[in-house]
Amino acid sequence: MRNHPGNIYSFSTFDEAQLTVDARKALADKSPKGASRRDFFKSAGVMVVGFSVAGEAAKLAAQSPVNPTGLVDSTKVDSWVSISVDETVTIYSGKCEFGQGFATVQIQLAAEELNVPLSRVKLIFCDTGTTPDQGVTSGSQSHIAEFGPGGLRQALDTARDALLVLAGQWFDVAPDALTVKDGVVSVKADPSQQITYGQLLQGQRFNLVLDSKAVPKDPKTYTVLGTSVPRPELPAKATGTFRYVQNVRLPGMLHGRVVRPPTVGAKVVSVDKNSVASMPGVVQVVVKNNFVGVVADTQWHAIQAAGSLNVTWSEGDTLPADMATVYASMQTAATADSLTIDTGDTDALLAKATKTFSAQYLHPFQMHGSMAASCAVADVRGGTGKTASAKIWSATQGVYPQRDSVALVLGIPKENIRVIFTESSGCYGLNGNDSVSYDAAILSQAVGKPVRVQWSRKDEHQNGENYGPAYVINLKAGVDAGGQITTWSYESWTVSKGNRPNATTPGNIISGFLAGFPAPVPTPAKATVPTTFGNNNNAASNYLSGVIAGKAPANTGNVNSAKVLVHNSASPFFTGPLRSPARLQNTYANEQFLDEIASALGQDPVDYRIRHLSDPRLIAVVRAAAQAAQWETRPSPKSQIPFGKLAGRGISCVLYEGNNGYSALVSYVEVDLVTGVVTIKKMITAAESGPISNPDGMINQTEGGVLQAMSRCMFEQVKWNARGGVITSVDWNSYPVFQWGMQIPEMKTVLINNPNVSQTGAGELSITLSASAIGNAIFDAIGVRVRQIPYTPANVLAAIAAAKK
Amino acid sequence: MAVYKMNVNGASVNLTADDPNTPLLYLLQEQVQLSGPKFGCGLGQCGACTVLVDGVPIRSCNTNVADVAGKNVVSLEGLGTPANPHPIQQAFISQQAMQCGYCVSGPVLYGKAFIDANPGATREQINEALGKSPLLCRCHAHNRMLNALVLYSQGKTK
Repeated sequence: MRNHPGNIYSFSTFDEAQLTVDARKALADKSPKGASRRDFFKSAGVMVVGFSVAGEAAKLAAQSPVNPTGLVDSTKVDSWVSISVDETVTIYSGKCEFGQGFATVQIQLAAEELNVPLSRVKLIFCDTGTTPDQGVTSGSQSHIAEFGPGGLRQALDTARDALLVLAGQWFDVAPDALTVKDGVVSVKADPSQQITYGQLLQGQRFNLVLDSKAVPKDPKTYTVLGTSVPRPELPAKATGTFRYVQNVRLPGMLHGRVVRPPTVGAKVVSVDKNSVASMPGVVQVVVKNNFVGVVADTQWHAIQAAGSLNVTWSEGDTLPADMATVYASMQTAATADSLTIDTGDTDALLAKATKTFSAQYLHPFQMHGSMAASCAVADVRGGTGKTASAKIWSATQGVYPQRDSVALVLGIPKENIRVIFTESSGCYGLNGNDSVSYDAAILSQAVGKPVRVQWSRKDEHQNGENYGPAYVINLKAGVDAGGQITTWSYESWTVSKGNRPNATTPGNIISGFLAGFPAPVPTPAKATVPTTFGNNNNAASNYLSGVIAGKAPANTGNVNSAKVLVHNSASPFFTGPLRSPARLQNTYANEQFLDEIASALGQDPVDYRIRHLSDPRLIAVVRAAAQAAQWETRPSPKSQIPFGKLAGRGISCVLYEGNNGYSALVSYVEVDLVTGVVTIKKMITAAESGPISNPDGMINQTEGGVLQAMSRCMFEQVKWNARGGVITSVDWNSYPVFQWGMQIPEMKTVLINNPNVSQTGAGELSITLSASAIGNAIFDAIGVRVRQIPYTPANVLAAIAAAKK
Repeated sequence: MAVYKMNVNGASVNLTADDPNTPLLYLLQEQVQLSGPKFGCGLGQCGACTVLVDGVPIRSCNTNVADVAGKNVVSLEGLGTPANPHPIQQAFISQQAMQCGYCVSGPVLYGKAFIDANPGATREQINEALGKSPLLCRCHAHNRMLNALVLYSQGKTK
């Protein structure tokens, strides 16, 4: 049995003997100027209570900010960074690694700001017992969080400045007379005078608060950030030794399995526990409201028992007949409304326009469909109440929100609960990781032993995750005689049920709901007119200026007249954030609609975009993508004989979340007019997110996003059978996705490094664009607009048939 | 309780199970502590659980332990180590050819079996071979993985 080490990511091949021997010799040769070492550390002022003599300090491991209350104070430098006497720099972060490479970036950041080798940095992340509360790792917010105020970079810069002050006192020089290389501080005028960070700190804490005035390095001078540092965990992943959450093993650990309602919304009538009592290895059947699970000694025994348990369920919910019914009913439901912008003049300007345009775009429910069926391990001790405690190993995106919400499920104070992030497969948003963690915790609490829960594929697909919600998006625009867009109206309808779990809403996910907590749906309400512009959902098209109430333009375009209204009503299924939530759906519609207008006016799609853009950074990525793609300037559709396989190209662009990274994507496709089969030939992306942290990592994210979005727009749609009341997308046959053997398009990524602005996100840029770029390319090829995802042969042929009428 | 003797990554092991239909994957995870083969679907639809049995890639999630008795089982761990990876693993590392890495048993082991039998295989041939039975990567890192497999096919690691 191996206990899981938790999340310690580091490069392990570094040999620092040479460096520290020299530095230590230098230290031994010198005596502190005018004071004993004890006095020196007292006089340093910036730090240290309880000074230890060198001999004792040398025995200290890295200072860990472990706090038994689980409340880590993120305003304190010690909550983010510690430096041990062996020169190891340990950084603590609230942002998780899911395979997106941000662990590597954080190690690079520490190496860069502290001037230490990468190999000396150890990263510990997302453990409510030891790391700062940085909420949820999502929405491409990690760069903004760690490089921005109050984050890891500020802690590192505060620490570095304090170390330089201390070294200045040691050598009796001003801090700016010092230089640091590889964690060794030396006097510029006399490089033989050296001391290391570890020697300066003597294993002590910093005892400082984050200093907002600590100056970060200028990205133009980066030597570690901005380079393609390879990810430290990949050798273990490639050789199968990496320990995922699935590999957590605790002494006495049992295996659990859940038994979910067979139909959506069914409730437990009765459970015949005796039906599995004589099966091998069965330990206990656990029922908590509508939550049902079994615990056994092995995985296979748990699977067998779960399959045999006799549960009587009530009738489930009445489901809508099909996706078309949902699209229709969404638009007549009572809705909770929100406005991004309403300049109040759209109707008048539409009436005055030389030409008007309108179109409706449909986007179905989709799922995260993670490779791993979700898994978690929990160790709940002492039942319930103030004396009980819990540890949960979870691949959640938010250890703190999970701690706060599972506290309600278990009836254990949150201070007694520790959630330790442990990597699973990529999640791409709110998949089953939180729900399976609740499952493991409920089962462990019932049996009083550690329990590992591994879902089946059907559990994951059918009764586990929160789907990305469906959308209906109506767009209208007016143009003047010169072809300039004068007004733009967006109105959408979406649905929701549940969301990310937080301190008050365990019912936001299915396990909390089954355990007895309500699953919130939208409460109908009218929208208020906003007084400031924010475009987090990318509902407002790129081409709107975002001028509100006479304020300065806040968006990327030049169209001043706009209304952007979102309606939300109750979903038949659990919903939640799926990579580029809402932004993908909105961009799919907005960016195709712009092409519809350009085509009707005989304008080239690139030129027509640039004509309506005001933000030079967005214009730059559009130009870069077009150039890299050898874009042929002409209107769409392409003039060609409508026979056989027709080629087309399309472009789209976005400023993600209205403030979080610029990207443009050109797609080349072929469409078979007879079969309706669309083949994606090339995908060329340009991206700019400020200073690039890791070019190779950014390309990896970009290419993965392009293909994942291609899978979503070509294949993916959650299906159900209304008569049976069941979701029928239960595995990879019934929810087909892009897979090995299919044609991988030729991909090219152009990265634009912009060291003059702040770091922003990059992981959800390309995924936001594929559906619209491909849609525009399909239109360019066949002259027919497919306004429904996925672009399956059936939907393409239906659009062709409708266009002929 | 029956005992199934087999060779796993070069070591002789005795797997025990009261049901001969117990899938090999669970026993490799629980009794040999392997972390290379992973549970993805339990249906043979994704390939995360792939191991080589007598050199042939199979899905350990739906292969019964009884059918593997007396055979040689090799997982990712049996090819190489982090310090000394197999050339195909080294190609994946040098190409940074994964995101989460949960799927890699599939492309690495199917890729190895095909390329070892067809040295010099082209990009298209390798992709086609991997598509003969369903294999998934949901991070959609296919492009890089295929680059790595082509390197291995050319006898290179970077």
